[in-house]
Parts: sequence; structure tokens; C-alpha cells
Amino acid sequence: MLLKSAADRTPTLNEAVLAEQRPVLFRYALIKLRNAEWADDAVQETLLAAWQSATAFQGKAGLRTWLIGILKHKIADHWRRMEREVVTDVLDMGEIDMLENEDDDFFLGNGHWNGGPNTWQDPEAALKQQEFWAIYETCQNNLPAKMAQVFMLRELVGLEAEEVCRETGISDANYWVTMHRARLRLRECLEIRWFNSSQFNKESHHA
Amino acid sequence: MRNCREITELVSKGLDTPLGIGERLSIKLHVMMCSRCRNFLSQTQFIRKAARQYADQMFDSVKKSD
Repeated sequence: MLLKSAADRTPTLNEAVLAEQRPVLFRYALIKLRNAEWADDAVQETLLAAWQSATAFQGKAGLRTWLIGILKHKIADHWRRMEREVVTDVLDMGEIDMLENEDDDFFLGNGHWNGGPNTWQDPEAALKQQEFWAIYETCQNNLPAKMAQVFMLRELVGLEAEEVCRETGISDANYWVTMHRARLRLRECLEIRWFNSSQFNKESHHA
Repeated sequence: MRNCREITELVSKGLDTPLGIGERLSIKLHVMMCSRCRNFLSQTQFIRKAARQYADQMFDSVKKSD
């Protein structure tokens, strides 16, 4: 029985398997194209192309990588159709340098916090407030472009760390530094713009 | 002993890959004594939650407009 089921595990592409990947592909397209309609078109073209060339597909382990490869072409096609100026592909970034030096303001020379995280009052409540999401978006957009791409591929698209490295061409070590840095920045931005200032607002309301 | 910078690096790494027992233990011991790193730990988890919710909202807003 066991042997048989293992042998049966040959990769088959069916609609359900493809549909499973749709949300991830859509998110990927969305952060690249920044337009929901275009993203949706690109994903549909991708799934159609995948379906038509299913025999070219080599195995389930690499399904997402394979689909993202097709999607990248569809996104490039889109830009070509739009006759945009040369849009540099921020995802083909090589190593992200400039990080090591930049890190210094968050920590002192001995590795202790320089300032550092205060306690946030009721963060869960923030998730229900429209204004919070505007701040969140601002903070995310304030990340340097390449850092933002790495962060979004991981946290918004939902790729695994190794997939992000493969997509962006950065090394493991560079990935850890970049994500650490992105989280430090986002955290600080949210604290300054939302958590500290909303406490301030509360106090001023009482006054 | 790891300092705050190193602990936060581990905390961040732990959000993307499973950590070893030793690493998890040193985070645990450190945040018992350090409120800033304790805040960092909970706030990065919160940021993850917020980021996913943000992505879901984007996704939903498109589905509705279909």
C-alpha cells in the first residue's frame, strides 16, 4: 500500500492544483503591477499558459517556482504592451548592500538598543481602525524599494524565505539582514506614527 | 550572552525559519529580563499579522470588484 501510494505521487497538473496557487500568484502580480485588474489579467494568462504547457512541468515541488517564472514573463509582456519607459526590474537586485552601515542607528556600539521599542497599548484594536491601515501603508511604502520587495514577497505574497531568495537573487545572509532591518524600520515607524501619537491623541481628548 | 541586536536578529530569523533549541532558549532568557526585546518580539508578530491582513484586504477588494 505504502509503496503504491508513493509511486502514485507522480506530479499531475489539474485545475484544482493550479487554482491553489492563484492567491499567491495574484499577490505577487499585485505588488509588481500595483493594479488589481492588470494583476488579475496576468494571473489568468499565467494559469492558461501553464495549463496549455502542462507537459513541460517537471514536478510538484517546483510548481510555484515554475508558475512564478511564467508570471514574470506575463508581467514583462504587460509592461511592453503598455509601452512604458524601461521599467527596471527591482526584483533582479543582486545583493542588497548599504545595510550593514545603515543598521547603526537602531543599536549602540555594544549591541544595546538606542531608544528601542516601547510598549504598545492594545495593538489588536488598531487592526480595526481605518486610519491605522493608512499609517501601515505609509510605513510599508517608506521602506527602501528593494527592502520593501523582499518584505512583501515574504509577508504579503506569503513565499517561504528560500523562495524569496530564489526570486530576488539575494543570498541567505542578505535575506536575514534585510528582513531584520525591514522589521526594525516598520516597527519604529508604526510606533512613531500610530502607537505613540494615538496615545497623545487620547490624552489631548481628555484635556 | 547575546546582546539586544543579536537577540532581535534571532527573533526576526525565527519568523522565517525554525530555530534550534539553544537559540529559542537564549531568546526566552533574554526577554525575561529585557522589556525592549520583549516588545520587539510581540511587535514583530503583530506586524506579521497586520501584513497578512493588509494583503487579504487587497485581495478581497479585488474580488468584490469582479
